[in-house]
Amino acid sequence: MGYHWNWKVLLDTEPGGTGTYLQYLIVGLGWTLVTALAAWVIALAIGALVGTLRTTPYPWVVRAGNLYVEIFRNVPLIVQMFLWFFVMPELLPQELGDWIKQMPPPWGSFIPAVLCLGIFTSVRIAEQVRAGINSLPRGQRMAGTALGLTLGQTYRHVVLPQAFRIILPPLTSESMNIIKNSSVALTIGLLELTGRARAMQEFSFRVFEAFATATVIYLLTNLVVVLLMRAIEHKVRVPGLIGSQTVQAGH
Amino acid sequence: MGFDFDVIQRSWSYLFLEGMTFTVTLTLLAMTGGIIFGTLLAMMRLSAFKPLSAAAGAYVNLMRSVPLVLVIFWFFFLVPYIGAWITGASQPVKVGAWMSAVITFTMFEAAYYCEIMRAGIQSIPRGQVWAGYALGLNYWQSMGQIVLPQAFRNMLPILLTQTIILFQDTSLVYVISATDFLGAASKVANRDYRLVEMYTFVAVVYFIISYGLSTVVKRLQDRIAIIR
Repeated sequence: MGYHWNWKVLLDTEPGGTGTYLQYLIVGLGWTLVTALAAWVIALAIGALVGTLRTTPYPWVVRAGNLYVEIFRNVPLIVQMFLWFFVMPELLPQELGDWIKQMPPPWGSFIPAVLCLGIFTSVRIAEQVRAGINSLPRGQRMAGTALGLTLGQTYRHVVLPQAFRIILPPLTSESMNIIKNSSVALTIGLLELTGRARAMQEFSFRVFEAFATATVIYLLTNLVVVLLMRAIEHKVRVPGLIGSQTVQAGH
Repeated sequence: MGFDFDVIQRSWSYLFLEGMTFTVTLTLLAMTGGIIFGTLLAMMRLSAFKPLSAAAGAYVNLMRSVPLVLVIFWFFFLVPYIGAWITGASQPVKVGAWMSAVITFTMFEAAYYCEIMRAGIQSIPRGQVWAGYALGLNYWQSMGQIVLPQAFRNMLPILLTQTIILFQDTSLVYVISATDFLGAASKVANRDYRLVEMYTFVAVVYFIISYGLSTVVKRLQDRIAIIR
């Protein structure tokens, strides 16, 4: 097709002088994973909380949870990135806003990216948690009540331990999504894997070597995540249940 | 600091006539192309002919493993070469952000629509296909007249939900500097230095459209649900 491949470019020194292009991309993978992992912690914490609250018998709590989910589900991720990066510092008190804007790179884009990605993903986890809790037979809760447990105790000892084990398979796909979605952070200047592949293409003019290498790194990362999650799933599977696979829309 | 929401009024026609038109047209084209191509992929994946199902499976898994942003970059640079290869030109063909975006989103979403249609096809009892064959229908007739209409109906809510996600994801064409709704807003925001106003407005518009559409999908889901 008239394209001359030159894979040796991966061993050339990148213009920043930190090492070869290959090392440059692998450091990018490091940033991708750190961003995804930090956001994953936020997403799990908020998602588990909001998802649980949406199954409680208190209408106002449920409504507040629904509002949270609808807001962060219906705005594109890149727009949310821009809100955290460009808009939030302007709406905070002056000193705090200026302090955020003056954070040295990469922290100035890393922190908004983690917050944004964490909250974006928490909504999807909240949906999974709610679905997991609602999939339990109603009798389980009633049995809890009949045994004299309070609502809190029923959740703590009966509902949540089962629900969290049920939702593990869908969480696998969410943990891969969060890695993929972290690439959107390149739009606010975070040099993660995709951002670095793009930069490498600009510096070296080796378009397809850069993107092909990044693609292979993503595929390997996915493979590792799938194997890891499969091992965890195997460990915590609820005995006696058929593993269920659900279809859902995604990106 | 002062906010200036007039900037929205001043750039209204640029934002909507140019930007939103790009976004909506791209969404509709990619949805149509993605569902057609995705359904074909799903049929390939379920084919008994191993090389065919393996090829479709590899394509779908590749697309689903790589970030959309990276796929957008790939196609942005790849399509000119493919164009040169098809037309036999010696130089890469100039394609432009619009054509590149349409091809990218069609090819990318096809992988996601494929998985939805595959689940839809698999939800149809096998006996129906056998009944079709027993009546003398061939593969294409039983697929087209028995299986796909039901699969499509069963999966309609998920297909539409996927389309709402597609609508939101088209905003990522920002990375190739296309003038979609977000791209238009960002160009105005940077020209007039009104980032806060413009990005807040963009978020509100996306929210209203996506929320409205998902409410419609929810209603539809209740209406077309087959009572079993």
